Amino acid sequence: MSDPYVVVPRPVRLDYTYTAGTASSRFLRAIMQRRLLGSRCPSCAKVYVPLRASCPTCGVEMGDDVEVSDRGIVTTFCIVNIPFPGMAVKPPFAAASVLLDDADIPIFHLIQELPVEEVRMGLRVEAVWRPDDELEPSMESIRHFRPTGEPDAPFERYKDHL
Amino acid sequence: MADALTAPHILEYPYTRSVGPILAAFFTALKDRRILGVRAADGRVLVPPQEYDPETGATLEDLVQVADAGVVTTWAWVAEPRPKHPLREPFAFALVRLDGADTALLHAVAAHGIDAMTTGMRVRARWREDRSGDITDILCFEPLP
Amino acid sequence: MREVAVVAFAQTPYVRSEQERTETEMLAPVIREAVARSGIDAKAIGFTVSGSSDYLAGQPFAFVQALDAVGAWPPIRESHVEMDGAWALYEAWVRLQCGDVDSALVYAFGKSSLGDIRDVMTLQLDPYCVAPLWPDSVSVAALQARALLDSGRYSERDFANVTARSRRDARANPAAQLAGEVDVDALLAEPYVVAPLRKHACPPISDGAAAVVLAADNLARQVCARPAWIRGMDHRIEPHQLGMRDLTRSPSTRLAAERAGAFEAPPDIAELHTPFAHQELILRDELALPASTAVNPSGGALAANAVMVAGLARIGEAAQRVMGGEARRALAHATSGPCLQQNLVCVLEA
Repeated sequence: MSDPYVVVPRPVRLDYTYTAGTASSRFLRAIMQRRLLGSRCPSCAKVYVPLRASCPTCGVEMGDDVEVSDRGIVTTFCIVNIPFPGMAVKPPFAAASVLLDDADIPIFHLIQELPVEEVRMGLRVEAVWRPDDELEPSMESIRHFRPTGEPDAPFERYKDHL
Repeated sequence: MADALTAPHILEYPYTRSVGPILAAFFTALKDRRILGVRAADGRVLVPPQEYDPETGATLEDLVQVADAGVVTTWAWVAEPRPKHPLREPFAFALVRLDGADTALLHAVAAHGIDAMTTGMRVRARWREDRSGDITDILCFEPLP
Repeated sequence: MREVAVVAFAQTPYVRSEQERTETEMLAPVIREAVARSGIDAKAIGFTVSGSSDYLAGQPFAFVQALDAVGAWPPIRESHVEMDGAWALYEAWVRLQCGDVDSALVYAFGKSSLGDIRDVMTLQLDPYCVAPLWPDSVSVAALQARALLDSGRYSERDFANVTARSRRDARANPAAQLAGEVDVDALLAEPYVVAPLRKHACPPISDGAAAVVLAADNLARQVCARPAWIRGMDHRIEPHQLGMRDLTRSPSTRLAAERAGAFEAPPDIAELHTPFAHQELILRDELALPASTAVNPSGGALAANAVMVAGLARIGEAAQRVMGGEARRALAHATSGPCLQQNLVCVLEA
């Protein structure tokens, strides 16, 4: 008599090499020097962070790299309440879109050093970098962003970047 | 030369698959060292069994036991088994048409060397000691004298 | 049916491993080149469709990043098939039949070097009864090669002759990865990878990208002096169970060719997407190609085989020769799945 609800294990494992490519590699090497690089499109003049080789709106080759500030504005954010495996930070914590000064699109990172209820749109923040011996070619070279204490940016400043 | 950064990237998923009534019957029978096929609309016995007729699309239900021995219809000699292959020693992948079946099953044949393989040779299933109800309950096929 | 033509084609030189650039970085110049050659403004292209497989890089939705190379703003009509770009071209051709857009950009890309392609291809097989044994792509193709030898129709020397001719012809193709004069006896002295397939009878592992621009009716005539008109295109698939098929035949290719009108007249050239040497022999028989037809003047998939690209590249190579005046009528073929399971045939004419 066969069981109609048989379930068979079918585990899959494939080993790959991830290649960062030319633009991301430049970005990741610079981040190890605590520098954030973006690309400026020669057609629309927007600055994209992290670096990329092609402008997503114009489809043209990006111009020279542009160094952007490690300070910026929280444009939008969410509060994560559920823990998930591998997450170093304990919930509740704030994950945010941070529009760095000089950039036209935000990056994603954690906001810390203030109660989660106080994280808000327009909050001025700055990167908290890891010490020299902990810098690595990854966004985790920035531990998190924290408030700078400056007055909040007006909505006008970031309304087109939401 | 390479300025670009690279990193190892492992993709691993612990998938399980529900198999439905036809394959459930097939896999359950393997635990008992029995191999089942299904009778298609035109009378052919399909191994492994399928849920729907390949020509008419009709639901198939008529399960038929076939032998655990049959004929190699084609083969390929793997002199250097790869890590994921079913056998560690050189072996052949083969299509085996079991006695009573009209289609061939893909599996491994453990033969002593490439010279031991020939299309049309007869082979029999070698069953795993600890069977779980899966295609790998057949460890491999081996040549019949 | 609306008349649709290939008006431009571009591809990367194919390489064993593209170390420096991402897929998008590799693809972007190819798209720009194809669009520039088409004479159609990038922002005027009516429909964009790509072919690729996330399994090559091991990243879900990897193909979305490729849109950076297109410039998808203002929002574009876009589609993607998780298949060789030849099927993306089929979708573009169908889309142009609707009549509301007159041009399409079709592109394909893939870096087989990122994973172990032989094992990656295993994941297209039946997950219940076949994939757990992990028969790699060469082993699977070898089952077909053995069956062809058993039929008595061809020999291992015939396989080697296919490779030698392909590599020789590839010398004229700047995009080819493997090109040169090879001695057939030297090829036959190589050890088997999986018998009866030696390395030369298998495709190279290639990274690369290709793009084609299609235009309809008067737009094609306006932008291109000699468009490669698609006179017919069809694709058919056989059962996935290898044990149910006659691996020495390709009825799906024959049926697709019939429906595409391929048998109405012999082609001057035929670009066949046959990654394994023995497969060309099977298709030559199925397509009844006369001796006057030059097969794979580009070198074919034995000279460069970027998975997900090679089929689109066959259409591009055939079209390019029609546009260039070297051929008046061409047949292009693409395949998908193990042992020529699924086949597409495209007939092009000046």
